[in-house]
Amino acid sequence: MEEDAILQIRHLSKSFGKQEVLRDIDFTVSTGDVISIIGASGSGKSTLLRCINLLETPDRGEILFHGRNVAGKGTNQPAYRARVGMVFQSFNLFNNMTVLENCMIGQVKVLHRSREEAREQAMSFLGKVGMAPYINARPRQISGGQKQRVAIARALAMNPEVLLFDEPTSALDPEMVGEVLAVMRKIAADGMTMLVVTHEMAFARDVSHRVVYMADGVICEQGTPEQIFTAPTQERTREFLSRFHADR
Amino acid sequence: MSRFAQLGADIAKLWTKYGSAYISGMENTLILALVGTVIGCLIGFLCGVLNTIPCGKNDPPVKRFFLGLLRVIIRIYVEVFRGTPMVLQAVFLYYGLPYFTNNSVKFTSVWVAAIVVVSINTGAYMAESVRGGIISIDPGQTEGAKAIGMTHVQTMTSVILPQALRNIMPQIGNNFIINVKDTSVMFIIGFPEFFSAHRATVGASYLYFPSATVEMAGYLTMTLLASFLLRWAERKLDGSSSYELVQTDQLTMTAGTYSYPEQGTPFDERSKEFSGSAAGKET
Repeated sequence: MEEDAILQIRHLSKSFGKQEVLRDIDFTVSTGDVISIIGASGSGKSTLLRCINLLETPDRGEILFHGRNVAGKGTNQPAYRARVGMVFQSFNLFNNMTVLENCMIGQVKVLHRSREEAREQAMSFLGKVGMAPYINARPRQISGGQKQRVAIARALAMNPEVLLFDEPTSALDPEMVGEVLAVMRKIAADGMTMLVVTHEMAFARDVSHRVVYMADGVICEQGTPEQIFTAPTQERTREFLSRFHADR
Repeated sequence: MSRFAQLGADIAKLWTKYGSAYISGMENTLILALVGTVIGCLIGFLCGVLNTIPCGKNDPPVKRFFLGLLRVIIRIYVEVFRGTPMVLQAVFLYYGLPYFTNNSVKFTSVWVAAIVVVSINTGAYMAESVRGGIISIDPGQTEGAKAIGMTHVQTMTSVILPQALRNIMPQIGNNFIINVKDTSVMFIIGFPEFFSAHRATVGASYLYFPSATVEMAGYLTMTLLASFLLRWAERKLDGSSSYELVQTDQLTMTAGTYSYPEQGTPFDERSKEFSGSAAGKET
């Protein structure tokens, strides 16, 4: 199991000023894993994801990418980020480009693919997320759900080894959540390694192989969805999940 | 009423005699303002970009020192050139250089001197505008670019600056229009711009007011033209307000057309093929 680990997080800690956001986080992501990270707002889920992508610099601990620590000095951050995709809560599509250009720019500038190759690749992923008809649209002209689907296609077009989702449906109207989750299910079924911070418990339960419950900057409990959702060992996990079970 | 007739006659007289001087003055003014604004914008963009290089406390001390030094230098440049009149800057540079170097360094062409002065002056104003333009862009844009592996320079040139440029277009327009008018102080170093044509004309004809009227009309024409062109450029930068839905078989239908949204796809009403076939049906 250890050798096909893509990411190993070891003793990761992060503070903002005096506020300790992450404390001694430890976990491993292996090829093909779909891991959901759940927990209350402010529990450090997003910060963890942002640390993994080095958008935040961890204070202590290691992030081993294929066994090599990327959290220290001397890491080629852009090269690392090109292999670790990220989908944001607020989409972050480039407003000065069309949908197609959004999905091509990274391939051309970072991976140095030819424009033809980049377009072909972008078109195939835009087709996969159902956004192919909108390639000439600009981000301000499409809906939130459509933006997020383009953002997913943009990340996929880089052929990342692992894809990080930072609350991908939290900024969406309820009727748009479904289309984004459907796309994510499809990608998971294709075998993409995914790390998903989410409040969508149904997605966490049905799609992920492993669920990580975070509270107050630590991993409180992790296990298979069955374990976490039907027989949580920790009181805090039970309490957190009871709020979601109530409306079912 | 007779005064107006007199004014008209005087202007006509001025124009027949000195028209070419006015025209060439306007040309020189426009060229100077345009070149000065463009180079000034480049200086401003350079300063704005250098000013916004991210620098945290985790960076090595050497980098932080140089970035700090750079920011101080840019700050001094901005404050000095924004805080002194352009007319004096022109005098300072044009006469100051030979004075200090015993005539070994001097501007061989009044054009070079004028362009240098206008450019660094505009650059000082634009540096702050560009900085404002850059920090006005949502940090999410930077994160999105970083997340797909772009470097700082790639992020800037591909994502941030094009958007910042759009946001500061009104400022660039302001600067251009200010330059059209304010280059009138360049007569001080003998630059043959529009206002110097006035000085030469009245020196010979003593028709102060009619010549001033010509100048007024001339400057207003130039600035109105500039405003119009700038608005047009802004609309151009905004791109099309609508988009074409592409048909199901995208790869063949849109090959080569995606970067020209105004041309649309081969099957919409704006394309030549469509109107050609429609016309064909009618006949």
